[in-house]
Amino acid sequence: MSKSSLSHAEAAEQFIKDEPRTDWHDETLWFVRQKRDKAAHGLPEWEQLREWASQIKNHTLSNLDNYLLEFEANANANGVTIHWAPDAADHNRIIFDLIQKNNIQKIVKSKSMLTEECGLNEFLHAKGVETIDTDLGERIVQLRYEAPSHIVLPAIHLKKQDVSDTFHEHLNTEKGNNDPQYLTEAARQHLREKFIESELAITGVNFAVAETGGFVVCTNEGNADMGAHAAKIHIACMGFEKMIPKAEHLSVFLRLLARSATGQPITTYSSHFNKPREGQEMHIVIVDNGRSRQLGRADFRNSLKCIRCAACFNTCPVYRRSGGYSYHTAVAGPIGSILNPNIDMRANADLPFASTLCGSCSNVCPVKIDIHDQLWKWRQVLVEEGYVDASKKVGLKGMAFVLARPGLYRFAGKAGRAVMRLFPWLLNNKLNPWYKQREMPAPPKQSFRDWYIKNKQQ
Amino acid sequence: MKIGLFIPCYIDQFYPQVGIATLQLLEKLGCNVSFPLNQTCCGQPMANSGFASLSKGCDKNFVANFTGFDYIVAPSGSCVLHLKEHLHDEQHPGEAEHIRKHIYELTEFLVDVLKIEKIDASFPYKVGLHNSCHGQRGLHLSSMTERMLPSFSKPEQLLSQVKGLQLSKPLRSDECCGFGGTFCVFEEAVSVKMGKDRITEHSANEVEYITGTDVSCLMHLEGILKRNGSNVKTIHIAEILNSNA
Repeated sequence: MSKSSLSHAEAAEQFIKDEPRTDWHDETLWFVRQKRDKAAHGLPEWEQLREWASQIKNHTLSNLDNYLLEFEANANANGVTIHWAPDAADHNRIIFDLIQKNNIQKIVKSKSMLTEECGLNEFLHAKGVETIDTDLGERIVQLRYEAPSHIVLPAIHLKKQDVSDTFHEHLNTEKGNNDPQYLTEAARQHLREKFIESELAITGVNFAVAETGGFVVCTNEGNADMGAHAAKIHIACMGFEKMIPKAEHLSVFLRLLARSATGQPITTYSSHFNKPREGQEMHIVIVDNGRSRQLGRADFRNSLKCIRCAACFNTCPVYRRSGGYSYHTAVAGPIGSILNPNIDMRANADLPFASTLCGSCSNVCPVKIDIHDQLWKWRQVLVEEGYVDASKKVGLKGMAFVLARPGLYRFAGKAGRAVMRLFPWLLNNKLNPWYKQREMPAPPKQSFRDWYIKNKQQ
Repeated sequence: MKIGLFIPCYIDQFYPQVGIATLQLLEKLGCNVSFPLNQTCCGQPMANSGFASLSKGCDKNFVANFTGFDYIVAPSGSCVLHLKEHLHDEQHPGEAEHIRKHIYELTEFLVDVLKIEKIDASFPYKVGLHNSCHGQRGLHLSSMTERMLPSFSKPEQLLSQVKGLQLSKPLRSDECCGFGGTFCVFEEAVSVKMGKDRITEHSANEVEYITGTDVSCLMHLEGILKRNGSNVKTIHIAEILNSNA
């Protein structure tokens, strides 16, 4: 795992030290953002779809208890077993119990950010159970003992040389062969074996449909299907916000998801799972892990509308220049910065500040989450709850005191400018983060107000 | 029509020429403008840092200064957006509401209220336009590349009326410059990298000036340009619209 204990600002500074790589990371993700723009421009009804998606999700969140029960009843009728997990530990334990009960050795898992959030791989590893991630990007980072740095493009921080080195070490590919076709083929052969041997397939869930008790898993590689079709047990893991009321609502969400994520009209595989095939067991683990707490926060509840497309990652000028690991959480980027303080306020108090509040995230969000407004609101909560540095508080308190008193403001402004002119080294030094890579503005002799009184008030 | 001129604190202290240009421009256009002498700050630096609770004094002072005007105009999209969204005064709620509804960023005031179609200005230079986020995405001064809506731009509409001005836009026409208030010091590395990347794109267009509707973004870009010994200068849009070069 490469989750760091550094704050976002510190980790970002490390990331940016390699400027060519930062530029490459920025441009790669900007390219994805452009593909998204092109795909969205292709639909005249784009803004209407966003509005519908937002309203369906708002409605669902307001009636979640009923929809969850309806889903459970319908899934049970289909022969699927539902497990309720109040938190990450329960989620992991439920899965481990099923593994033990069925004496399972071989496990494949398609991409599920929920299992990352719950730390399932590490938990099972500690119990001596190995899980093979089958999404290509996730397999690459797994071989490197890393976490995904992006929820849709888990290995986006890596270049093909890095993948080549990793595969050479673990899959015995030719050293220095960076040909994507060659490397993909090697991964395909390696994963085929794992699929064939597997006894248990774990998948995520993109949409759970209350009226049918079925669920939809979206992948571009078909890896969820290959896992689920080969294994005798299928466990699907979902946060409880994945619910939608009706199957017809998929016609809104499936059109938005892939266009927002990668600019594709639809994911290559949008697989509908309704009931276990004969002889197979199907389980769904429905996880809370702080979600009901977030649902209870009026200002933040609609963050649960998220369909994990990562459009906000790709558009975020900060994410593109700091990389996923700087967010030190399973879900990075702007959406992560409004979800993670709910999970652990102290550990994630830096994240709502890792933004210029430019608002691009809210604009691309296919379900219209007001992400940048929630970042602002989390800042207020974190200050209120005492999770912001005391030194910052002292500085801003002093600033507020001066700015509320016009006479004092004018005196401080005049004195400050005089000091800057007379003793520039007082500010032009390495203790001033502004000055590290930027010149200070030139302090003029008179303020606008001075000029106004002299020229306009005779 | 009585107009109250709001010159945000850091413009008052460090960029008086922007305040002067804004005032002269509005007067040239026939407006009756006054500058309340006890104004200070909109309170945004505290609020954006999570200390909205500390900006009550600023709010109170702002309402005391700007009560009684038909419109309040400021050469800063960011400060105007903050006031529109967050200005409150428990003792004078009606006055605060009037201000929230009648405060305008300069270019939106020129386009939407004065409906200016011809500006007597000339600025014979190559100019790159920086779209500041709060003006653009917050006040809707222009359309946004993320949204699938008809294209428009109030700043561009005005700049296109300036004689001799050659306008260019950077490749990513509405990417943030990285200033972000206290973000510029607490996330110094990302902030500067974002600014450098904006400058690279403007430089590719061989601009002589970078302009915009927010001095804060320009101050950040100017600091980087100066440190790197660039010939490119920054200039607020009010200075161009008031210029007869």
